[in-house]
Amino acid sequence: MTDTTAVILAAHALACRRGERILFHGLNLDVRPGQIVWVRGANGQGKTSLLRLLAGLARPAAGRIETLAGRERVYIGHANALKDDLTVAESLMFLSRLHGFDTAADVHDGALRRFGLHSRRDAPVRTLSQGQRRRVALARLCAAPPTALWLLDEPFDALDAQGMTALNELLAEHAARGGSVLLTSHVPLTLTVPAPITLQLHEASAA
Amino acid sequence: MTAPVFGAVLARDLRLAARRRVDALLPLAFFAVAVSLFPLGVGPEPNTLRQIAPGVLWVCALLAAMLSVTQLYANDQVDGSLEQMMLAGGAGTTSALPVAIAKALSHWLLTGLPLVLIAPLFGVMFDLSGRSIAALCASLALGTPILSLLGNLGAALTLGVRNGGVLLILLIVPLCIPALIFGSGAVSAVESGASARGHFSLLGALFIATGLLAPLATAAALRIATE
Repeated sequence: MTDTTAVILAAHALACRRGERILFHGLNLDVRPGQIVWVRGANGQGKTSLLRLLAGLARPAAGRIETLAGRERVYIGHANALKDDLTVAESLMFLSRLHGFDTAADVHDGALRRFGLHSRRDAPVRTLSQGQRRRVALARLCAAPPTALWLLDEPFDALDAQGMTALNELLAEHAARGGSVLLTSHVPLTLTVPAPITLQLHEASAA
Repeated sequence: MTAPVFGAVLARDLRLAARRRVDALLPLAFFAVAVSLFPLGVGPEPNTLRQIAPGVLWVCALLAAMLSVTQLYANDQVDGSLEQMMLAGGAGTTSALPVAIAKALSHWLLTGLPLVLIAPLFGVMFDLSGRSIAALCASLALGTPILSLLGNLGAALTLGVRNGGVLLILLIVPLCIPALIFGSGAVSAVESGASARGHFSLLGALFIATGLLAPLATAAALRIATE
């Protein structure tokens, strides 16, 4: 068991508003090293909004978010943040440089190999399928700092069985070295070690 | 850690432009075509052409800059790149400012600088004197960064708005008017034999003020747009 005393991300009484509607309120959560948190909820219940709040892209309507200093947060949203005109290797390099991740060539080669994209490394992103694009976006995780907190919005989207296996292995490895993951997924997680902690979002009551 | 963000965004934008050369050359082509229409429409009288040249060249440069700025952030927002750029600083959206500055600089390098470089050619077409052409280049060199900075602000403000392009022109063109007046005024002054120092001083002051304020406003607009 990894050290569970340090909370690397904590949210207190978090509320999120989308226009007139309150998506959720009074949400408490904490993420510790080695944990995988699976955010569940029906469509439109604020899973993506919660991840965006935790990533720092949006501000909560109420409540506060505390993060442990020095822990990077890696957010991968619905969109893959890839450019059609860049090659696979260039896209990975740009995103890694942007975030100050490891830019060593062997790290990137290893990341692409893991996701079965090494033979396509010089292909323009334009020529890739949706699943392959998702793999390029996720390959960035291999270059991130080892104990970063990953915030993944539907990471299994568009992935085939092989891609899901690669991602599951990566998640397990990340948790084993003390990293943490908070993810949404509409497909049931097949991960067993570590067992994912479920966070269920409920419809906000009017009161 | 803002240096990697600035460098990464700038290098990526220039590389993307190099991959899409035709798109990158469009503002320049627009400038060339629009400017060339005036001698045809107004008539080949050299005195008239000399007189309207500063205004025509400056107006066309302004429109070319506005034309190319509309898509500055739109594609990056759609494909999620903008979110990633905003988060790059680590804590929250602190990297909005370096992103805004990198985008303005890349826009100037891709449209402003080429305009400055081809302007002498069109100065000759309007029969401007050597000194006037030098003044034209100097005024464009000082003025086009203002246009890029303001256009950048407009692009960020109209992000995600339908018909954002039209709104951008309505919002930003009025702000560009001082640059237009003093930029073309400098060339006219030299052409008529007067000193252009006053015009250049004001243009320089405008550049400094815009350079200090526009990126901050752009960064704020980007934060709102990605929330």
